[in-house]
Amino acid sequence: MESPGIILAFWVLSAITVAGCLLVMVARNLLHALVFLVLAFLGMAGLFVTLSADFIAVAQILIYAGSIAVLMVFAIMLTPLAVRDNANSLYVLPALAAGLGMAAIIGFVAVSTPWAELQGDALKHNDPVTTVAAIGDLLLGRYVLPFEVASILLFFALLGAIVLVRERRNDGDPS
Amino acid sequence: MILEGLSVTLAHYLAVSGVIFGIGAVIALSKRNAVAVLMGIELMLNAVNLTLLAFSRFSSAFTQGGAQGGEPLSGHVFVVFVLTVAAAEAAVALAMAVLVYRHRETVDLDRINLLRG
Repeated sequence: MESPGIILAFWVLSAITVAGCLLVMVARNLLHALVFLVLAFLGMAGLFVTLSADFIAVAQILIYAGSIAVLMVFAIMLTPLAVRDNANSLYVLPALAAGLGMAAIIGFVAVSTPWAELQGDALKHNDPVTTVAAIGDLLLGRYVLPFEVASILLFFALLGAIVLVRERRNDGDPS
Repeated sequence: MILEGLSVTLAHYLAVSGVIFGIGAVIALSKRNAVAVLMGIELMLNAVNLTLLAFSRFSSAFTQGGAQGGEPLSGHVFVVFVLTVAAAEAAVALAMAVLVYRHRETVDLDRINLLRG
């Protein structure tokens, strides 16, 4: 963590991510907001790389910046008569108050708590070269039950999405 | 070196995560379009992922495998599960948005008020 490249990367990627989030909030067009959301996701993947989480960073790019963004494009395109603007509802002031409150509380706790964190050489010694093998071992060893439950969850999400958006025919066919 | 003395610690990551979580909460609470609300929720989930990874890297409780008997990369596995749940949730939520649009011709959350008394 002491190398200046990591420090610079942290600040630049944090700025990109936070700016992307803010632009999602203020963009007028929903599709533009989606592009800024992808930018925020990519910046977040870079932050994961600075935490030496290579597998999670790649998964983040594939799942968030890839598939979820495409899903959102589909959802926007499948609702053609709906409004495309990214307008605020009536609750923008309470929402701003709640969001600022949350950010302030989390930031205060993060800064003021004396974390028992590793520093310097211990941290450097702790960094794995790659995390893929260890994550695979954990997923199929200690966490195999949540892994199977996740597969069931994915299966039913797939079924639910198909059943929900299927076109129903009205020609007497009950299916 | 201009960066001398600066160091990125756990608190930095947590503060960035808190800011992103707050922005995501504002988006989720204040937007009218259902898809935009979902964008806010995804940002909040992402902020939590950043928190988990930061703790996984910096915390000595997990990394030394000592007191709690934790594995070094449990935080990473948690993030894998959060990613899974987020993907499933996005698929179902967007399907529901399309369904609501078919019935009501709108995804404006202020106008989906069928249950209003």
